[in-house]
Amino acid sequence: MRKFKEFLIEKLILICGLASIFFVVLIFLFLLKEGLAVFKTVSPAKFLLGSKWYPISEPPQLGILPLILGSLLVTLGAAVISIPIGVASAIYIAEVAPLKLKEILKAGIELLAAIPSVVLGFIGMVTLVPWVKNIFHLPTGLTALSGSIMLAFMAMPTIVSIAEDALYSIPKSYKEGALALGATRWQAIWRVMLPAASSGILAAVMLGLGRVIGETMAVMMITGNAAVIPHSILQPTRTLTATIAAEMGEAVVGSEHYFALFAIGIVLFVISFGINVTADIFLHKRKW
Amino acid sequence: MKKLHTISTILLLIFAVSVFAGSGKNFVQIKGSDTMVNLGQAWAEKYMELNPTDFISVTGGGSGTGLSALISATCDIAMSSRNIKPKEIELAGKKGIKPFEIKVALDGLAVVVNPKNPVSKLTLGQLADIFTGKTTNWKQLGGQDGKIVILSREVNSGTHVYFKEHVLRKNDPASTAEFAPSALMLSSSQAIADEVAGNPDAIGYYGMGYISSKQKAILVAKDPNSEFIAPKIDNVISGKYPISRPLLLYTNGEPAGLVKKIVDFALSKEGQDIVLKTDFVPVVK
Repeated sequence: MRKFKEFLIEKLILICGLASIFFVVLIFLFLLKEGLAVFKTVSPAKFLLGSKWYPISEPPQLGILPLILGSLLVTLGAAVISIPIGVASAIYIAEVAPLKLKEILKAGIELLAAIPSVVLGFIGMVTLVPWVKNIFHLPTGLTALSGSIMLAFMAMPTIVSIAEDALYSIPKSYKEGALALGATRWQAIWRVMLPAASSGILAAVMLGLGRVIGETMAVMMITGNAAVIPHSILQPTRTLTATIAAEMGEAVVGSEHYFALFAIGIVLFVISFGINVTADIFLHKRKW
Repeated sequence: MKKLHTISTILLLIFAVSVFAGSGKNFVQIKGSDTMVNLGQAWAEKYMELNPTDFISVTGGGSGTGLSALISATCDIAMSSRNIKPKEIELAGKKGIKPFEIKVALDGLAVVVNPKNPVSKLTLGQLADIFTGKTTNWKQLGGQDGKIVILSREVNSGTHVYFKEHVLRKNDPASTAEFAPSALMLSSSQAIADEVAGNPDAIGYYGMGYISSKQKAILVAKDPNSEFIAPKIDNVISGKYPISRPLLLYTNGEPAGLVKKIVDFALSKEGQDIVLKTDFVPVVK
């Protein structure tokens, strides 16, 4: 009886464990089934490299290059802002800050992660957008830069907490050894701690960027959503995610537009899958 | 234990009632155009006040959303701020749905700029040039030097489709004019109103109901020789204002039963008063 119970529980847990993989596979198959249908009307090259996105015209023009570049530009901007600040604050929290301040800072960063993206988007729309417009003398503040700044706030909690973990898990002897050899605190951090934690920090950056590229609501509200190939970060852009979110409601089920949106989903899935796998590789590199 | 019992009984009762309401004939689901959500909601509230046993649920999502819900039989009445497309009729036919159109109100589309912008009247031709990106500077229109910032609704909006077909393409089905790629696509009329209020170079469009003192409505003329008309209710009724559109309800076949009661209510004196109150233009006097 006891053995049977043990067996039952074991299998139940096994099923639960497999469930998530099963769902991912189902989702991916569904995406493929719906998304690949678009290639009956446009060739993959035209879809990925076309520069015109007019999905509801007759015949529809389905080129997502501006959208891909828009997503990449906004993500790149967010990376440039959030990586230095995020890594620096992780170093401060892990190595420099006194215990009390450390607790306060950690709580603050967790709080930042808890802000819903639509709220950040809304705050960005009324405060950041007019500010960007005035500072750079632009015709409009709804630009890729505004989106990047808001998204940097969203990537920061992930980057800080994972990078801080990575720094924290380095054996104490590394730092002690460096200090004992006469290194200053800064030398110990810069020459010993950071290189030792580099794979963890890279993983933190990757996961942060994964969050940024999949983010929808805030970018939809503040990047202006113009489907042009961006030439500068001070221009409005349209991202892959915002396109799906904004247009899914209208797309007639079974139309080219509908299939195209699923195909965009595949592109997004591939991008964030790539980012997560890279992050995973870096995380597993770390062996002590 | 007894408490638990009471709670479960109540839950069961709620469940039973909701199942009954869902399957019974006193429940109607209305879905569609975001432009018409407030109007539909106002009708539903008044109607339910008069007929407490009937239940109406109103949700938005866009004209296309409502029509595809009608086609897939997940709603009883679709609200739409554009005519149904041939493709949608074909799709409906395949599923045995016959969309039936009822015109319930008119809506004037206002073109708005910032009050600081000296330009105050434009022809339809000039509007088409602005929104397709041919005219790019306010100087070309007699305003100050400044790059025109085009604001548009997203493609899920009936307003977007209507504006494209009737202003950009001038009702010509063969035309392939499109919004300039640089046009900013905003997700709501309110977002357009806010951006216009804060940006002297912006131009946008939305239903008349959204005009406030923070935006200036442009006077519009059909062509350079006709009169410039303001987007006001009287001018929409008389048909003088050139950019007005019908607001429509679609039902499956001719309305019957409760659906008919609701449609009749919308077209009644009381229903049309609500139309006027929500800043649209009545079709029945």
